[in-house]
Amino acid sequence: MSDVLSVILPVLAAVGLMLANGVVLIYMLRKVLGHLHLRVGPMHVGWHGILQTVADVGKLLTKEDITPTNVDKALFFLAPAAVFVPSLMAYAAIPFSETWSITSLDTGLLYTFAVLSLVPLGILMAGWSSGNKWALLGGMRAAAQQIAYEVPLLLSVLPIVMLSGSLDLVEIVAAQGGYWLGFVPRWFVLHPLGFVASVIFLIAGLAELNQTPFDMSEAESELVAGFASEYSAMKFGLLFLSEFSNSFIISALGVTLFFGGWTLPWIPADVVAKIGPVIFMLKTYIGIAVFMWIRGTYPRVRIDQLMSLGWKRLIPISLGLIMVTGIAIKVVETVRGVS
Amino acid sequence: MQMDYLIIGAFVLIGLVFTAATVMASNVLSPSAPSEAKGETYECGSTPVGPPWVQFRVGYYVYALLFLVFDIETVFLYPWAVAFGKPGLFILVEMVIFIAILAAGLAYAWKEGALQWR
Repeated sequence: MSDVLSVILPVLAAVGLMLANGVVLIYMLRKVLGHLHLRVGPMHVGWHGILQTVADVGKLLTKEDITPTNVDKALFFLAPAAVFVPSLMAYAAIPFSETWSITSLDTGLLYTFAVLSLVPLGILMAGWSSGNKWALLGGMRAAAQQIAYEVPLLLSVLPIVMLSGSLDLVEIVAAQGGYWLGFVPRWFVLHPLGFVASVIFLIAGLAELNQTPFDMSEAESELVAGFASEYSAMKFGLLFLSEFSNSFIISALGVTLFFGGWTLPWIPADVVAKIGPVIFMLKTYIGIAVFMWIRGTYPRVRIDQLMSLGWKRLIPISLGLIMVTGIAIKVVETVRGVS
Repeated sequence: MQMDYLIIGAFVLIGLVFTAATVMASNVLSPSAPSEAKGETYECGSTPVGPPWVQFRVGYYVYALLFLVFDIETVFLYPWAVAFGKPGLFILVEMVIFIAILAAGLAYAWKEGALQWR
C-alpha cells in the first residue's frame, strides 16, 4: 500500500503544483502586462484582483462545453490530453533542491526535452481536428515553429552538458558550485561560452513556448485564438493551463542550466540548503517575469523571419558554439596537463 | 531507479485520468443547450467558404523533413557530449567530423533553397 502511495503522491504533488502555477501565472501575466501598458489589470475580485483567476476557473468549469458539428470528434477530444499529459510529465525531473525532485533520473535533461517535444503533436491534433481554417493554420504554424526551434534549443544546451559532463540536472547544478576568481559564482550564464548558449536558449525557448515575439500561432488579430479557437469550457482550460505550465518548465530549465538552480552565491551552504526550493521557485518566477516583460515590449515577427532566424542563424551559431566549446575544453585540459 | 520509471508511468496514467475527470466535471456542472448556431464553425462570424481542411504550404513538409534529420543527429550528439570529459583528442576529432557532416547538410539545404520561406 505504501509503495502505491509513494508512486502516486509525487504525481499528485506535480498536478497540484501545475494547477497552482497556472492560477498564479495567469494572474501575474495580467498584472504585469497591465502595468507595462500603464493599466492596472484585474482589480475587482479580491484584494487587487488576487482571486480573479480562481473565479475564472469556476467560470470555465460551469461554462457550456460546445462541440461544433464540423469537428473530427475523436481527435478533438484527445487533443487536450495530448497537450496536457506531456506538460505534466515535464515536472518529473525538475530539481527543486538537491533532494527535492520527483524522480532522480540520470538523463533528466534529455527526458525533459523529450516530453516537451511531444507538445506540438497535441497542438497539431487540436488545430487539425477543429474543422476550422484559423485553427488549422494556427496549429500548422505552431508545429512548424516548435520543431524549427527545438533543434537550436537542444543544441544550445550541449555546451553546458560538455562543461558539466552530465545529463543529470542535479549534477549540472552541482557543477555550478564555487567561484571564479574567488567571488564570481560559477554559474554558466557568467561563463563566456555559457552566456552565448543562454542567449540562444532564451530565444529558442520563447519560440518553443509560442510566446511573443514568436506568437504567430495564436496571433489574436489574424487567427482568433489559433489552434484553440473551437475549444470551450474545461478543454480550453486544459490547453491554456499547459501553455502556462510550459513556460514554468522552460524557465525552470533555464534556471537549472544557467543560473545555478537552487543555490545562491555568498551565503553559507547550510543556510541555502534549508531554503533551496524557495530560491529555485523565486528564480524561476523571475525568469517568467522576464518572458512577460518581453511579451509586453516586442512586436510580433513575420513567419519567414522566424524561420530564417531559426534555421539560418541559430542552428549554425549553436553548431559553431559546440565546436568552440570542444576545442576550448581540450586546450584547457592540455595546458593543465603540461603545467 | 526502477521506482523513477514507475512514477513516470503513473504520470501518464494520472494525467489522462485528470483530463478526463476535469472534462467530465465541467460537463456535469455546466448547462447544455446545443443549437445549430452554436455548432457552426467560428470564423469571425462570416460563413465558412469551402472545406476547413485547406491545402497548406508544401514548405511545412520540407521543414518537417529537415527537422527529422537534425533532431536525430542532435540526439546522437548528447551521449557524445556526456562522454566528452574523457582525456585525449580523439573524441574532439570525431566530433569535428560529425558536425562538419551536419553543417555540410545544412549548407546544401540552404543552397538548394529549402530554407527559403516562399
